[in-house]
Amino acid sequence: MTAHGKSWVLHGGVLALLFALFFVLPTYHSGQLSRIMVLAIYAMGFNILFGYTGLLSLGHAMFFAAGMYGFGLTVNLAGFPMPVAFLFAILVAAALALVAGGLALRTAGVSFMIVTLMFAQAAYLVVLYFGEYTRGDEGFVVAREGRMIAGIDLSTDAGRYFCAWVLFGVCFLALAKLIKLPFGKRLIAIRENEERARMLGYDTSRYKLMAFVTSGAVSGMAGATYGLLFGYVGASFAAVPYSIFPLLWVLLGGAGTTIGPLIGVFFMFYLIDISSGYTNAYMLIAGLVLVLLTLFAPQGLAGSLRQKVMPWLP
Amino acid sequence: MEFGPHLMLAALEGAVISAILVLTAMGLSIVFGVMRVVNVAHGEFFMLGAVLTWFVATTIGGHPALGFVAALLIAPVLVGCLAAFADRLILKRINYDPDRTIVATIGMLYIIQQTTLMTFGPEARPVPPPFNTRLSLPWFEWGEEGFALFWPWGLSITTYKLFVIAAAATVLVGLWVLLTKTKIGLIMRATQQDSETAQAFGVPVGRVYSWVFGLGAGLAALGAVLVVPIQQAHYLMGGDPLLLAFIVVIIGGLGSLPGTVIAALLIGMSDGIISVFFSPTLAKIIATLLVAMVLVFRPQGLLGKKPS
Repeated sequence: MTAHGKSWVLHGGVLALLFALFFVLPTYHSGQLSRIMVLAIYAMGFNILFGYTGLLSLGHAMFFAAGMYGFGLTVNLAGFPMPVAFLFAILVAAALALVAGGLALRTAGVSFMIVTLMFAQAAYLVVLYFGEYTRGDEGFVVAREGRMIAGIDLSTDAGRYFCAWVLFGVCFLALAKLIKLPFGKRLIAIRENEERARMLGYDTSRYKLMAFVTSGAVSGMAGATYGLLFGYVGASFAAVPYSIFPLLWVLLGGAGTTIGPLIGVFFMFYLIDISSGYTNAYMLIAGLVLVLLTLFAPQGLAGSLRQKVMPWLP
Repeated sequence: MEFGPHLMLAALEGAVISAILVLTAMGLSIVFGVMRVVNVAHGEFFMLGAVLTWFVATTIGGHPALGFVAALLIAPVLVGCLAAFADRLILKRINYDPDRTIVATIGMLYIIQQTTLMTFGPEARPVPPPFNTRLSLPWFEWGEEGFALFWPWGLSITTYKLFVIAAAATVLVGLWVLLTKTKIGLIMRATQQDSETAQAFGVPVGRVYSWVFGLGAGLAALGAVLVVPIQQAHYLMGGDPLLLAFIVVIIGGLGSLPGTVIAALLIGMSDGIISVFFSPTLAKIIATLLVAMVLVFRPQGLLGKKPS
């Protein structure tokens, strides 16, 4: 089989497996899995920028939160119908990414990381500052009318799971397609050697900005989906840990692989889920994993697989 | 209180904030200057200094001054050793690669913070200051009888806060002497300018890096020992100093030490003054965005030189 064929079999297989798991797993775990799929969308959005373009942003929580608040606030305060609010949320995140990216991409390396971190910090403080509407750390619950589509209640276990599955599947396949397109190849070229890509005549700053906006929009969509499916919007999703998590997931799963984000979220989620049963200092696990990964497996799980047994892995 | 005395009070509070900030930021700046390492775990070394002070002070007991002096000697050294050990164990092995160093120090941040949560607990714990006499300060007035001094109610500062300012200034002078007048400083500056050439001339660059990383963390811890009698020790207290120290180092120009001192004074004073007169959240939003803009449009910092 060609590498191309194998890749589609893998993607199709993963989606079929996730579809089937709902009917096998007990409710608790299928609930967890729908959360994992939503967060995997976020990780995939982060991966476009970090894994494929080679830009490490430490402020992606602002896009996740932009999507989340863009959805939750318009549903609750403006009474937008659900699909409109959802699209609006993605647009808000994309617009924020256009502004933040346009400014942050003027810098590179360490400065880029710090600038994105500071933008995200400012965004977090803005959420707290407008506590009258956002209800700050306490957060708010998304109105029930905003969580229905075509008569299907998305707050039930099945509705939630399959909505997450559909959105995850769309992003998963779109990302696999994207990196095969000339656009995706150019991003990889920028990651490998930006100078050379520019010398070959590609407008690298334009492509970096496009990658940044795409990444922000997908992250925003993940945020909106989270608000839609779990019905809660809070400031903790805009805080620093939610900028660090996607980095952790993508590094663990394998940066620059399509399957990596899902694997990373899955492992990290269950690692934290299990350890939080023993201690309230569960972020310790996250710290340890980060340090061990940078020391011993900078490629992540899927990256190591690609290196050793499956060179065709996209 | 009228505006004038109020402003003076704010400026004094600002001076105390600046004093702590200058030590913390100096640590970050030296580490970045010599090693080109952005240490995201810097705030946690600050927090460790504060927590260790509490441990030392409660273990020793007796007069507050006794525990305080002991903590002043023990905490920075202990934190410095821990940082040097972390440098050996982690940063050295990833060859100080910029991206991976940031990720590794983020990991260190959570390890230190959460280990403290598990051992020290989630409570904020106070440490009594070694001495704490309240001094009333005078204010002047041009009245009908000409120039007159009076003592407005509430305009005062404690001796301990004055001590903090003096101690920070002393440490700063000591640091300056160390960096410019001694052989250790010479070796550090040589490593900063060109680590490969320094290595060729027999400078043990690896060991210098560990010492510098330890020194940076020790300075943060020292700042924390000084601040604990004013603020309480808490496992999450590292976040704000980290952000402020970053801001200071960026404004002052990455790796420029005189720039760092001036920026620390500027930021500390304005933080003190702004938080007295304005909503702290709004002030923080504006400050954070301004600093990000400095980094975008003037990456060498306000006082740094353009890279040649």
